[in-house]
Amino acid sequence: MHSGVAVSAPASASAIAGGGARSEAAAASRRPGGIRLCGLRGEALARGSLRISHAPAAARRVAAPRAAAAAPQNGAVAGGGFDYDLVIIGAGVGGHGAALHAVEEGLKTAIIEGDVVGGTCVNRGCVPSKALLAVSGRMRELHDEHHLKSMGLQVSSPGYDRQAVADHANNLASKIRSNLTNSMKAIGVDILTGFGTIVGKQKVRYGKVGFPDKEITAKNIIIATGSVPFVPKGIEIDGKTVFTSDHALKLESVPDWIAIVGSGYIGLEFSDVYTALGSEVTFVEALDQLMPGFDPEIAKLAQRVLINTRKIDYHTGVFASKITPAKDGKPVLIELIDAKTKEHRETLEVDAALIATGRAPFTNGLGLENINVVTQRGFIPVDERMQVTDADGNVVPNLFCIGDANGKLMLAHAASAQGISVIEQISGRDHILNHLSIPAACFTHPEISMVGLTEPQAREKADKEGFEVSVVKTSFKANTKALAENEGDGIAKLIYRPDTGEILGVHILGLHAADLIHEASNAMALGTRLQDIKLAVHAHPTLSEVLDELFKAAKVNSGVSHSVNEPVAA
Amino acid sequence: MAGLLHLNSTLLPSASLLLRNRSGGQAVRRRRACRVEAKIREIFMPALSSTMTEGKIVAWNAAEGDRLAKGDPVVVVESDKADMDVETFYDGFLAAVLVPAGESAPVGSAIALLAESEDEIPLAQSQAASFSSSSSSSSSSSPPAPQETAAQEASPPPPPPAPVAVSAPAPPSPAAQGGARVVASPYAKKLAKELSVDLFSITGSGPAGRVVAKDVEAAAAAPAKKAVPVAAARPDVPLGSTVPFTTMQGAVSKNMLESLAVPTFRVGYTITTGALDDLYKKIKGKGVTMTALLAKATAMALVQHPVVNSSCRDGQSFTYNSSINIAVAVAIDGGLITPVLQDADKLDIYTLSRKWKELVDKARAKQLQPQEYNSGTFTLSNLGMFGVDRFDAILPPGTGAIMAVGASQPTVVGTKDGRIGIKNQMQVNVTADHRVIYGSDLAAFLQTLSKIIEDPKDLTF
Repeated sequence: MHSGVAVSAPASASAIAGGGARSEAAAASRRPGGIRLCGLRGEALARGSLRISHAPAAARRVAAPRAAAAAPQNGAVAGGGFDYDLVIIGAGVGGHGAALHAVEEGLKTAIIEGDVVGGTCVNRGCVPSKALLAVSGRMRELHDEHHLKSMGLQVSSPGYDRQAVADHANNLASKIRSNLTNSMKAIGVDILTGFGTIVGKQKVRYGKVGFPDKEITAKNIIIATGSVPFVPKGIEIDGKTVFTSDHALKLESVPDWIAIVGSGYIGLEFSDVYTALGSEVTFVEALDQLMPGFDPEIAKLAQRVLINTRKIDYHTGVFASKITPAKDGKPVLIELIDAKTKEHRETLEVDAALIATGRAPFTNGLGLENINVVTQRGFIPVDERMQVTDADGNVVPNLFCIGDANGKLMLAHAASAQGISVIEQISGRDHILNHLSIPAACFTHPEISMVGLTEPQAREKADKEGFEVSVVKTSFKANTKALAENEGDGIAKLIYRPDTGEILGVHILGLHAADLIHEASNAMALGTRLQDIKLAVHAHPTLSEVLDELFKAAKVNSGVSHSVNEPVAA
Repeated sequence: MAGLLHLNSTLLPSASLLLRNRSGGQAVRRRRACRVEAKIREIFMPALSSTMTEGKIVAWNAAEGDRLAKGDPVVVVESDKADMDVETFYDGFLAAVLVPAGESAPVGSAIALLAESEDEIPLAQSQAASFSSSSSSSSSSSPPAPQETAAQEASPPPPPPAPVAVSAPAPPSPAAQGGARVVASPYAKKLAKELSVDLFSITGSGPAGRVVAKDVEAAAAAPAKKAVPVAAARPDVPLGSTVPFTTMQGAVSKNMLESLAVPTFRVGYTITTGALDDLYKKIKGKGVTMTALLAKATAMALVQHPVVNSSCRDGQSFTYNSSINIAVAVAIDGGLITPVLQDADKLDIYTLSRKWKELVDKARAKQLQPQEYNSGTFTLSNLGMFGVDRFDAILPPGTGAIMAVGASQPTVVGTKDGRIGIKNQMQVNVTADHRVIYGSDLAAFLQTLSKIIEDPKDLTF
């Protein structure tokens, strides 16, 4: 790891244009139905403090000598007669990650943002939702008298102040947003305000919506415009009683009874928040099973732990075909139709409805027609190197798309990783991101996390490719630290190849699962085999021993390739 | 055995209950069925670890009617350590699930019935019906005869599930209620299922007539339905004949007469049970019964009023008992017995509940040792589950006092701030030997007891 000193410096080229009104030019943060942890690269440390690079191994080697001399600064002059080496459209987490790495690689970089820096994740997604979930976690603990009593604690009638909770979420978003902005300013990234449109090869215009009056040229362009909440037709949003996560995160009310349409990550996390604050929740899920994206075993347990014990009921296999906001003293009306037969099933009357049916790419008005690119359901088609492909399937040179806008994996940290991968390529080092090693998490209480394949996916792959799959599981009830916390609910599950020791997937439901997953995801990213990692030592007593337990329980038929006890390098 | 029996004389309801038991309604029929149909096997809650006393059913892997082969995983059980798949030891058909997913059962109790052939499924299911009608809303699911549960589960608030009140349970979509509509909040639906309350029978008090949790709770506490299960079982007695007492009944008779030599008097009290009901709801999943809670509360009050725990053996002295042993009257087949919770003031509520379960099982098997039914220093008798609101008990010889507990029911009360509200209240009535226990003693005892029950946090210390 190299480390460099990031020195604050004002933006060199004063290219900040007047008030763009692009409302949702946000970089990616969620996969359909998901609110996520954002990987905000270096954002908190950027003001003249020591910054640790998170660049991949290949980058480290190159960066090290240069870093000794000075901190990375935005390249003063772009090559080849262009205004910039790189222009990024969209300053969400994906664009931010790409910008930081680009400057590190010596590229003259600008980022165009029509709304606020930080995108969905920071402003309307993972960040404020984590603030609400932090509150809900504590409320749950305080209300669980039996749990507290069994630890010898006494608490009397805990309550909350809705506005103060909402402020906490809002303040957190502002703080992270300013950290993010400063981290880019500090290294001299030009932040251009406005709505970006591609007008031709290596040419971008930006400005107010419909009046893109400023034109710049760039050697490479990255589209990172992200996504917006998807609202199925027939649903009328009023922002008060029928709303999306954008409104819900402001926590303007806590309804007695709220229907949540969609039981993916977003829905699940909000059910955690609302039930902790005293609401009753009804899930409406189009598929036959709740939490369809999860490993089935995890979903089953999650249903037991996160749904059945709470004031939640659900309707599965139904579409909300029509939702009418509350008015004239009438409640919110939700028409449910059978997902298969389309027959009317019933009408729900609730106090509010949260639409959490996933996210739609925000790619309108990007001028893609100018370069013969056709979106697929709004997503911009890319190859495995994030290079945009046109209507004929050919790669459009010097144009990339990362994050929710390409739909490969709608997670903030995936967008950032894709951005870094693109910069690696621009800098002359071929790089293909392994999406299977990108972890995902759902921040309920307890948390759920996963990386790689689910068990059915792994078995399908094994059938096709002719290898064997093994599964080992362990319970949090067998973990000392979890028991000390009185939080024994949860399992961890490892899916692997017994012939090679390759990790195919890890799924965890339990205390701090979101933090635990990285040992597995890093092992997958680095290709570490079970026969090696099982010899590694975990501190006792820690929750990390849950994974240790899994690794040790795995039966691998091949020999040990090398021992972790041997020093790898001096 | 004869003279050792304790007894609560109750008014007629209980007497007719005893008669029914003796000459067998469903109880006997069920037993006969068991004898004949040995091919219907019970699947028991297994002990998955040495420390496990009860297990929670996580999921049934098979549905009723499914064919099972020996070794098939049939149920997932959550123990204190982990979730385990439990396999069947026999081939057959899963005929009836006695303990549904999500509920707990003590180790060794039947959780399902396995029929050897498909033809036997209906039979097993009818057998299961008598199982389930006997288990009240608590987690106890050992196979008691239907009427026996009555006195055993001394729980004033939750009525035994009335057959008429069981609404069509539609697990995947609990809100869907057939053709007609009832708007009920998710928690209200959950509670309704738990308390076996028919949502259609409730008028909602929420927005736009929505049924909310408190409506369901109020409906569950309403006494109207309580008489139903009792009325449903008709006493099967040989009319027009004289039937001699059994040994146990003879003992009861003897004790009743002896009690006439004791100058007794009675003091009643009305106690608000809202907090106790809440506590019960919270911990019943851990096997705690209302009987244990009442016994514990009584024992704690007796600690402060030792004279109420005393007795007069010779007509000349107080015998102050060193331990507080709560005897609880239980109607069993053809009679009545009073298993004793010894040192009820010293044991925690969970131990007490386990102990009570053991005692009742032993009583049924007629295996109680003398000190397990004759060492009581204070007796409890509860007819609340029948909707009896108040009654009068006869003092068992050799003890100082007995408390008759009525049903807890919603009662309109005036509050101190001049409002009118509804509170769950129950009436208790203590009969005591006036040679040693005076009116003011009982009054003070009852005041202490009501304080404990109305603020029951110390019951679970």
